[in-house]
Amino acid sequence: MHNKNQYLQEELLRTSGVNPKKCMRCGKCSATCPAYDEMEYHPHQFVNMVESGDIEPLLNSKSLYRCLSCFACIDRCPRGVEPAKLVEAVRLAAIRKQGANHLKADDVPAMLDDDIPQQALVSAFRKYAK
Amino acid sequence: MQRIGVFVCWCGSNIAGTVDVQAVSDALAHEPGVVFSTNYQYMCSQAGQNMIKDAVAEHKLTGIVVCSCSPRMHEATFRKTAAAAGINPYMVEIANIREQCSWVHKDMQTGTEKAIILGKAAVAKVNLNTPLTPGESPVTKRALVIGGGIAGIQTALDIADAGFPVDIVEKKPTIGGKMAQLDKTFPTLDCAACILTPKMVDVAQNDKIRIFSYSEVTDVKGFVGNFDVTIKKHARYVKEDICTGCGACTEKCPMKKVPNEFNLGMDNRSAIYIPFAQAVPKVATIDPNYCNMLKNGKCGVCSKVCAAGAIDYTQKDEFIEEKYGAIVVATGFNPISMDKFDEFAYNQSKDVITSLEFERLTNAAGPTAGKLLRPSDLKHPHTIVFVQCVGSRCDACAEKGKEYCSKICCMYTAKHAMLTRDKYPDTEVYVFYIDVRTPGKNFDEFYRRAVEEYGVHYIKGMVGKVTPEGDKLKVQASDLLANKQLHIDADLVVLAAAIEPDKSARPLATMLTASMDTNDFFTEAHPKLRPVESPTAGVFLSGACQGPKDIPETVSQAGAAASKVIGLLAKDKLTGNPCVASSNELMCNGCSTCERVCPYGAITYENKEFRMPDRTTAIRRIAVVNPAVCQGCGCCTVACPSGAMDLRGFANSQIIAEVDAICK
Amino acid sequence: MQVKEYKPLIVAFCCNWCSYAGADLAGNNRLNYPADVKIIRVPCSCRVNPMFVLRAFQRGADGVILCGCHPGDCHYTSGNYYTRRRMALLFSMLDYLGIEKERTRVEWVSAAEGAKFAATMNDFAEKVAALGENKRLEDLRCKR
Repeated sequence: MHNKNQYLQEELLRTSGVNPKKCMRCGKCSATCPAYDEMEYHPHQFVNMVESGDIEPLLNSKSLYRCLSCFACIDRCPRGVEPAKLVEAVRLAAIRKQGANHLKADDVPAMLDDDIPQQALVSAFRKYAK
Repeated sequence: MQRIGVFVCWCGSNIAGTVDVQAVSDALAHEPGVVFSTNYQYMCSQAGQNMIKDAVAEHKLTGIVVCSCSPRMHEATFRKTAAAAGINPYMVEIANIREQCSWVHKDMQTGTEKAIILGKAAVAKVNLNTPLTPGESPVTKRALVIGGGIAGIQTALDIADAGFPVDIVEKKPTIGGKMAQLDKTFPTLDCAACILTPKMVDVAQNDKIRIFSYSEVTDVKGFVGNFDVTIKKHARYVKEDICTGCGACTEKCPMKKVPNEFNLGMDNRSAIYIPFAQAVPKVATIDPNYCNMLKNGKCGVCSKVCAAGAIDYTQKDEFIEEKYGAIVVATGFNPISMDKFDEFAYNQSKDVITSLEFERLTNAAGPTAGKLLRPSDLKHPHTIVFVQCVGSRCDACAEKGKEYCSKICCMYTAKHAMLTRDKYPDTEVYVFYIDVRTPGKNFDEFYRRAVEEYGVHYIKGMVGKVTPEGDKLKVQASDLLANKQLHIDADLVVLAAAIEPDKSARPLATMLTASMDTNDFFTEAHPKLRPVESPTAGVFLSGACQGPKDIPETVSQAGAAASKVIGLLAKDKLTGNPCVASSNELMCNGCSTCERVCPYGAITYENKEFRMPDRTTAIRRIAVVNPAVCQGCGCCTVACPSGAMDLRGFANSQIIAEVDAICK
Repeated sequence: MQVKEYKPLIVAFCCNWCSYAGADLAGNNRLNYPADVKIIRVPCSCRVNPMFVLRAFQRGADGVILCGCHPGDCHYTSGNYYTRRRMALLFSMLDYLGIEKERTRVEWVSAAEGAKFAATMNDFAEKVAALGENKRLEDLRCKR
C-alpha cells in the first residue's frame, strides 16, 4: 500500500511517541471516551488512520477540538498505545499547517458567560492556539 | 603414550570417490601415537568391525580413530565395537570425512588434504582421551505429584496404573482443584462434578496412591531418581483416619460466619468444615483463624458432637520425609485479582463478578443452589454483560494484567452465555470481545451455536467503564463494527479474568531448580519436542503450571507426563552421560561462578580439608559436580575464572589439540 | 618465483545438537563450501572457551566462526546466550587488537539449515580470503 503521507505520518509518530502497531483493535479507548458522541473520528480511528497514512481527514476534522485530553484512553489502553497523545499530535500538526489558530482572541468575548472559569479559557488557548 | 589404530572407510565410493583413502591412511600412519593404519570398503560392516577387533588384539591398541561418516551416524556403532574388543568405548573418535568432506568437495586433491587434516585432529584428540565410565545411580520407584487438581489426579492415576506408588501433595483440605468448582464443561456441556468426582474416588481407593491433603512441599534435595522431599502436613485438628466425614460438627459449630473460599466468598461456612460434599479425603478441617476453641479456648462443641472422637485440638504440624524417583509439578492456576481494574467497578458493586464466581452462581451446589441470582439483591438478572480479555493480552500494565492470552476465556464465556440463554430465555446476553479465539475440536462450532441458535449478542469492542447507579450497572462500551458507543443498563457484569500460575509455583521452582518464564509459568525442556519435561532431569510438568490450558489439554498433558515418569521409574538404574564437567579441587577457589551459569543446578559446594605445604590443614570451599544431574554442556568450564572446571570427553586440552592439528 | 594460491584457514566450532547436524545436512544435500573450513565438534557453543579462539589465531588461523542453536532453541536451554555475550566481548577486543571483525563470527544454524550452513561458510570464507592472511596474532614461533 503506497503511503502518500509518509513524511507527515513519521512526524506525527515522532512528536507523539506513539507506536500504533501495538494496537490490537480492542476499542477500549473509544469505549472509555467521554466525548465519543461529539467526535466524528473516535480515538481508535485516530490510531488506525494514522497507522494507514489516512491523515488528511483527521487534519480537517472538528474531532480534534472535541477531545477533552482527559487521558482516560491512555489510562485504560491495555497495550499502552496512548491515543490521546496521537490526537494531540494531529492537533498540533493542523494548527501548524493552517498557520491559523482554531481559537482566535477576537472570538472569545462572544463565548464568554459568567460560568466560564478563567482556567478553561487559559487551557483552551494553550490547546487550540500556537 | 597411546597406541592408536586408524581406520579409514571408503564408504563404497561415497568417500573414496573424492578422497584418496590410501593416501589418508598412509599419511596418518606417521602421526604421533599411531601404530596401525588401514583402510577398508565399509568400516561399519561386520567385516569392517571385525577388522577393528582383530587390530586391537594384534597391535594392543588403546585408542581408535575411524575416518568415516558423521559421528551422529556411527559413533555408537564403533563405540560398541571398541567395547567388544575390550577397550573403553570413549577411546574412540570419529573423523567426519564424508558429510563434512567428500560430499561437499569435488576435487580429489583438496578432499584428500582436508581428510588428512581432520584425521590428524582426531588422532591428536584421542592421544588425550581418557577412559570414561558412565555413572550409575539407583532409582527410587515412587513418584511425587505436587497439586491435586485434575492434572495431578490424572497423572497420579496413570502412574499408579502402571504399578508404581504415587503420593499427591495438595495444599487445600481436599483434592479436586479448580475443576471441582466448575459447573459445566465446554464443548460437550457435561457437568464437571459428574466427570471429576469419580476420578477423585478412584484416587482415594487406589492402594498405590497416598494423598497428603492440607500439605505443602517445603524442601527438595537430591536429583533424578533420588529426590529427598520434606512435606509439611498442616495441623487440621481432626484425626484424618478416624473422622468419618459425617458432617455433624460442621452443623453444630457456632462459628458460621467464615467466608467460604470454595464459593469464592459468596456465602459462609463454619469454622470446622468440609469444603464440599464430594471432598476427598472426606474429612473435616478446623480453620484456626476462626475457631473459638483454638483462639481463646472456649467452645469445644465439635469435639462433644463427634461420635468418632476425631477432634484433636492439640494436633501439631507434621513433617514427613520421603524419597522419590520423579516429581511432577501440577500446581495449576488462579484468576488474577480484579482490584486494580477500577473501570469495571469490581470492588464497588457485588454484581460485578468474575467468571469463576459466575460458575459458582450457576452450580447446583453453589450459594444460590444453581439459580442465577445476582449477589446484591438475589433478583434474577435480565441483562448480563460479559467482558472478555480482562487483564489478558495486556502489556501496558504489568502490575495489573498479563501479556499473554489466557486461552480458556473465549470458550467458557461462550458456555456461560449459551447456558444463560438456554435456561433463562428472557435474559439479554452481551459479550464484548476483542477476538474470539476458538481453536480446538468442536470449539468454533460451539461458539457459533451460542450466536446463531441461542441469540447471544457478540459485539466486537471493549467495555470502557462500568458505573453502578441505583440497582443498575451502567456499561459504556464501544461497538467497533457499527462505529458506535453503546450504553447498556446491565443487571450483572461478568469479567473474564486472566489466569496466572499459582503463587506457590515460584518458591517450588526454586526448590526444584526448575526454570520458569517471566510470567512464572514453568519452562519445558523443549517447547515442541519435550513439552512435559522440565529442563531439570526428573521433574515433569502437568497442566496449567506450564501455560494456560483447558481441561482436555490438561488431561492429555497429565497422561504424557505420567508416561514419562513411568519410563523413568521402570528403570532399575540410571546410566549417566560420562561426558560431564568435573572440578579440579586443588584449583577451585569456591567463587560460585560455575554454580550461577549451570542451567541444571548440578553444582554444589562443600567444605573440604586440605593439607597445606606447611603441614597445617585448611578448610576450603570447593565446587562439586553431581554427574547424575550434569548434562555436559560445558558452560561452567568457560565461566570458571581459575580454570578448575573441565569437561570430560571435550577437555580443554583435547579441543586445543584439535585446533593445533588443524592450524598446522 | 612461483606464487602459491592463497588459501585461508578457517576453524569452525559447531555445537553437536544443531550446527554440527546442519553441517551434516549440507553434506547430505551435497552443498559445496570451501575445503578451507575445518569443523570442530563441541557439545554446545557455550563450551567454546575464548582461549580456543585465541589459540586458533595464534596458530595461524585466518578466521574463526562459532555456530550454535538459534536463540531459544539451545539443547541446554541457555548455552547460546552465554556464547553470544562472551563472543561479543571477545570479538570487540580482537577488533581492537587488529583482528578485523570480518574474521570472527557467531552464526545460528539449526539442524534443518544445511543450506544456511553452506551459504554461511561460503560467505565467511570469501570475506576472510578478501582480508588475506592473519598476520596480527599469528605467533611465528609456532610455525614449523
